[in-house]
Amino acid sequence: MDIPDTLRYARSHEWVSQPEDGVVTVGISAFAQDQLGDVVFVELPAVGDEVAAGDAVAVVESVKTASDIYAPLTGTITAVNDALENAPERINEAPYEDGWLFRLQVDDPAAREGLLDADAYRAVCEEEA
Amino acid sequence: MRYAPHTEEDVRRALDAIGAASVGELFADVPAELLDPELDLPEPMDEVALMDHLQALAARDDARSPSFLGGGVRRHFLPAVTRHLAMQSEFVTAYTPYQPEVSQGVLQATFEYQTIMSELTGLPVSNASMYDGASAVAEAALLAMRATRRDRIVVSRGVHPESREVLETYLHALDAEIVVVDLDDLATPVPGDLDGAAALIVQNPNHLGRLETMDALADAAHAAGALFVSVVDPLSLAILRTPGEVGADIAVGEGQPLGVPLQYGGPHFGFMVVTEALVRQLPGRLVGETRDVDGRRGFVLTLQAREQHIRRGKAKSNICSNHQLAALMATVNVAALGPHGLREMAEGTVRNAHALADRLEGEGYEVVRSGPFFAEFPMRVSRDPRALRRDLQRAGVRAGLPLPPEYGLGDAVLITATELTRPADVDALLAALRAVGERPEEVAHG
Repeated sequence: MDIPDTLRYARSHEWVSQPEDGVVTVGISAFAQDQLGDVVFVELPAVGDEVAAGDAVAVVESVKTASDIYAPLTGTITAVNDALENAPERINEAPYEDGWLFRLQVDDPAAREGLLDADAYRAVCEEEA
Repeated sequence: MRYAPHTEEDVRRALDAIGAASVGELFADVPAELLDPELDLPEPMDEVALMDHLQALAARDDARSPSFLGGGVRRHFLPAVTRHLAMQSEFVTAYTPYQPEVSQGVLQATFEYQTIMSELTGLPVSNASMYDGASAVAEAALLAMRATRRDRIVVSRGVHPESREVLETYLHALDAEIVVVDLDDLATPVPGDLDGAAALIVQNPNHLGRLETMDALADAAHAAGALFVSVVDPLSLAILRTPGEVGADIAVGEGQPLGVPLQYGGPHFGFMVVTEALVRQLPGRLVGETRDVDGRRGFVLTLQAREQHIRRGKAKSNICSNHQLAALMATVNVAALGPHGLREMAEGTVRNAHALADRLEGEGYEVVRSGPFFAEFPMRVSRDPRALRRDLQRAGVRAGLPLPPEYGLGDAVLITATELTRPADVDALLAALRAVGERPEEVAHG
């Protein structure tokens, strides 16, 4: 399972990129997209939404189920991946690249350090697999 | 269908989990006299006595008496084939099936229903129908709030008062604001304050029978970033511009005029049809066409991730069934009548309603007019309209739906005609009005 070392992870299977000017990119992990199956629809937050860590901010719908996506950190949504509207399969094909969900201007960049690193997240996946 | 009830063990575990000692404890908030009231029922009867009793009750039915009552539910022609086909035992269920794909016939009929509603409203996506027109209006408001992330609903006073009551009930526990727009000369003016509105809801024809300028209202809603909800009489769409043509985002309404008997006020069905952009927010069930493994045409419930059994508490709506048989009856009826038959019924309705208004005016009654109307119109009367309706019913005519004071028309009733209204019925109405002492010169003008 592809779990890049450069990213941080939430226990609820979102990944968080390294911040650039306080902005992180968020998506779901390769493990999560594999568990969901073929993604058919994504409901994204609105740019400008202020979200708190743990808020349900998006929905990823697969042929099997619909799952909430939680904000891994507190901040403001600065961009969403509109391309997913017509090509939700990008989440399955490239969860860490074209399949990103939204960008977040985080209130406290240091809070990212509180998320799981790749090794810890790998352990979570093994537990749940 | 087989039902497996909870075992005593299941019940005990559930009670333990929520910390309740007994099932009865869960109802402790309900006053005891309401929970288990003494029912004043007659003694049991044997089958022979019961049949006699029911026949005696049926003989009192005056369903064939001339009727001028409307307000969303009217008597229309139902060809014999409609009742015959809709009452096939394979179809007689109140619900969309819970194991839907084994019931291909019901799903196909529902797919046809959705196609008909889509064609009638000029909007692409119809759900499998809803409970009634009023709850469909409320669901449209909820949909608009989800889609726009706003919590202000602007609704015309021309929307049926009972639909607005249901809307208030549905929105009661939400952090939502309902603003009612007063009518001006029986019609809805373009509201001045649409800022922050999730939806503008307008009924056409409105509760006073008057046609609204839907395109201007839709434009105003869109200019404010609100959705436009068009509450329509489905039969009127055979001759009026469709919600799709005037730019509505959501069309809802009461389906009864399309082919459901009056049935003492229900069950009927509601409908909801939306633009493609809103499909993921659509409440209720949705049937789609597909192919099976052998490439044969088949039908499935589709986009179910919106619904309760998958999304639980985050479902788009708590509606999980509909009035399937009533919707199916309308489907058969519309198929039997065809576009030509529907148009004839709608035109007959307009013709008879206008002839009736002219006749009443000719006799000196005060019909309230302000512009084009479809099947009904207000008429001022000289006494409490509820008393008048009771008196008329005793005189053998059902007429005079009371119009509430909010319309500012004084003592006034709604008078309705359909393509079934005969000249003899109109004569009977005039005779009944005279017989109960309702004479034109006594109407208080105001």
